[in-house]
Amino acid sequence: MTTTTLDFDTIKTQEYLVNMGPQHPSTHGVLRLVLKLEGEIVHNVDPVVGYIHSGIEKMCESLAYHQIPHLTDRMDYLSAHMNNEAVALCVENALQIEVPDRVKVIRTIMAELQRLASHQLWWCVMGMDMGALTTFFYGLRDRELILDIFEETCGARLTLNYSTPGGVMFDIHPNFQKRVKDFIKYFRAKLPEYNQLLSGNVIFRERTIGIGHLSQKDAIAWGVTGPSGRASGFACDVRKHHPYSAYDRVNFNEILRTEGDTYARYQARVDEMSESLDIIGQLIDNIPEGDHQVKMKGIIKLPEGEFYQRVETARGELGVFIVSDGKKNPYRVKFRSPGFSNLAALNHMSKGVKIADLVAIMSTLDLVIPDIDR
Amino acid sequence: MAFDIYDFTSLTSSIHEGLATFLPPVGVLVAEWLLVGISVLLFVAVFGLILVYLERKVCALFQQRLGPMRVGKWGLLQTVADFIKLLMKELITPNKADKFLYNLAPFIVIIVTFMAIAAIPFAKGLQAIDFDIGVLYVSAVASLGVIGILLAGWSSNNKYSLIGAMRSGAQIISYELSVGLSLITMIILAGSMQISEIIQAQSTGWFIFTGHIPAIIAFIVFLIAGTAETNRGPFDLAEAESELTAGFHTEYSGIKFAFFFLAEYVNLFIVSAMATVLFLGGWMPFHVGSFEGFNAVMDFVPPIFWFFGKVMFVIFVIMWFKWTFPRLRIDQILTLEWKYLLPINLLNILLMTLIVLMGWHF
Repeated sequence: MTTTTLDFDTIKTQEYLVNMGPQHPSTHGVLRLVLKLEGEIVHNVDPVVGYIHSGIEKMCESLAYHQIPHLTDRMDYLSAHMNNEAVALCVENALQIEVPDRVKVIRTIMAELQRLASHQLWWCVMGMDMGALTTFFYGLRDRELILDIFEETCGARLTLNYSTPGGVMFDIHPNFQKRVKDFIKYFRAKLPEYNQLLSGNVIFRERTIGIGHLSQKDAIAWGVTGPSGRASGFACDVRKHHPYSAYDRVNFNEILRTEGDTYARYQARVDEMSESLDIIGQLIDNIPEGDHQVKMKGIIKLPEGEFYQRVETARGELGVFIVSDGKKNPYRVKFRSPGFSNLAALNHMSKGVKIADLVAIMSTLDLVIPDIDR
Repeated sequence: MAFDIYDFTSLTSSIHEGLATFLPPVGVLVAEWLLVGISVLLFVAVFGLILVYLERKVCALFQQRLGPMRVGKWGLLQTVADFIKLLMKELITPNKADKFLYNLAPFIVIIVTFMAIAAIPFAKGLQAIDFDIGVLYVSAVASLGVIGILLAGWSSNNKYSLIGAMRSGAQIISYELSVGLSLITMIILAGSMQISEIIQAQSTGWFIFTGHIPAIIAFIVFLIAGTAETNRGPFDLAEAESELTAGFHTEYSGIKFAFFFLAEYVNLFIVSAMATVLFLGGWMPFHVGSFEGFNAVMDFVPPIFWFFGKVMFVIFVIMWFKWTFPRLRIDQILTLEWKYLLPINLLNILLMTLIVLMGWHF
């Protein structure tokens, strides 16, 4: 009688490639990841960007300076206001215009509201990526109130286009202060609910603590900024270290954590929401009287030279670099977008984790794809 | 035709006698097979639709939404409309799929659910087959479903499907143990595997009350393992939407997708029905010791309402899990089973045996 035995030397396992995206529920847009997997374990992540490249930097070269903010909305659409503000600040600095205090304070309040809205949406999606679908509706419920405030202020809910070189497009609505104060009161009460639903959940903690570690050294080396970088202990808050607008007149803590894992990145953002509420709370009663705009010339011409301005968006450090040759259009514009640098660290963080962890890590980087592709 | 809502045996026997008056014995048997088959088919279709509607309403409740509201009053016809839409969809078979297995898989999954329903007792006398090994039969048949899922994943020629199917295989086979062991715990208490006898044994008190601590532990373990076996959240790794798009049924469309979808909900019903039969007294009304008046009021509610009421309660609890918890990771899900649930279960069986041997149960 012959017996067949399995010869385990001849049976081999092999790595295989999976295309995650460009159409995939958890890449949040048209990001494509080429995964090298061994079973469930991720060996390599190769992000392929450019599916939604829209040539914003090139388009800027043929636009006047007051038109550029219209395009920057569309980069990181979840922090549209900060993107507008970055260009406005850059142009104002180049022209050495001092905007009224009122503008500075309004811009800061709007930026913090935008940060809250962005973090709320991130929180919804984080839960959804982890399989807890209910979080999505809790987050959107609260975000809607901020969008309503935006709508009343400037008519837009997503691509605000509120900040322009020289000031803000319109003065704030008479209801603005009251509604913002109502919102702060409302959201302070709701924030513990966020922690109850996700932060304290056993499954959530098991899945995030110790996963996707990024050390402080690596965070600096890869240029991971924003809450993701600060979760690794990289003190990179532009608002704190290079204050612009009205950030020099408010007290707030830079949320720094040392763990650098998925949970730390999660918690950093949740804590940042309450800091944002603090900042708005300090400013909302002290909006100085004055003009909402500086009278600008019809055609803005920047002096010859190179100008750089950075701001802290909800995702990290956004840099605007303008090279001017003295004409009415910039010679060259370059955006240093936070998403692009943060995405670069993804492969480093997700070596050896499971597919499910990769999704969670990607979620804590809070990627917005048009911000990466521009 | 005799009809008694408290005891369906009179109805079934009168149908049997009615058929026997004009048909030969073989004809009666065939006619009864057909009747039972059609009723099970109808039940699965209608109850599946109701469950889908309920799930959408329950999740809307948790998510501060209204859920379907447009089609019919309160959206009652929404699932019917969805089902008609699915019927009209094109059936797509991927180019390099294994055509035979690809087309077979959804049928295996749905047939298995029909087979399991045959042994579910809806009320006194309303049970298609009352095996003397009923509990074993249900758990054996229910575990066949994994074959359909594995085939679907393998034959689709899609890496996401394959990963989903492999996850599902590992998960269902592991949790089969816990389901089986918690069933065994209750069988020890009941002293029988026949479903009708198990229910009869609970006429004085449901097992979850009379079985001491082991019965409660077994109930919790059964709920967890049952949820995992039906591939529902937080154990829905096989179709983990955010990771694998739709897992093993990514490539299926139209009615074949509907089969997987329907089977998931009918499996949910089967798990809840088994929990009801083994722990919550099946169709037995709720009695409290010697409160005669209270017991008489409880007896007045027909058994079929008791059964469905309890099943709906268990289904609601399982839906509650799904819409609250994040999903587990594959290694955590297996750790939970092999390192926690299995040892707990084995100890629990010992405890239950001790209690039954010493006669400590009520």
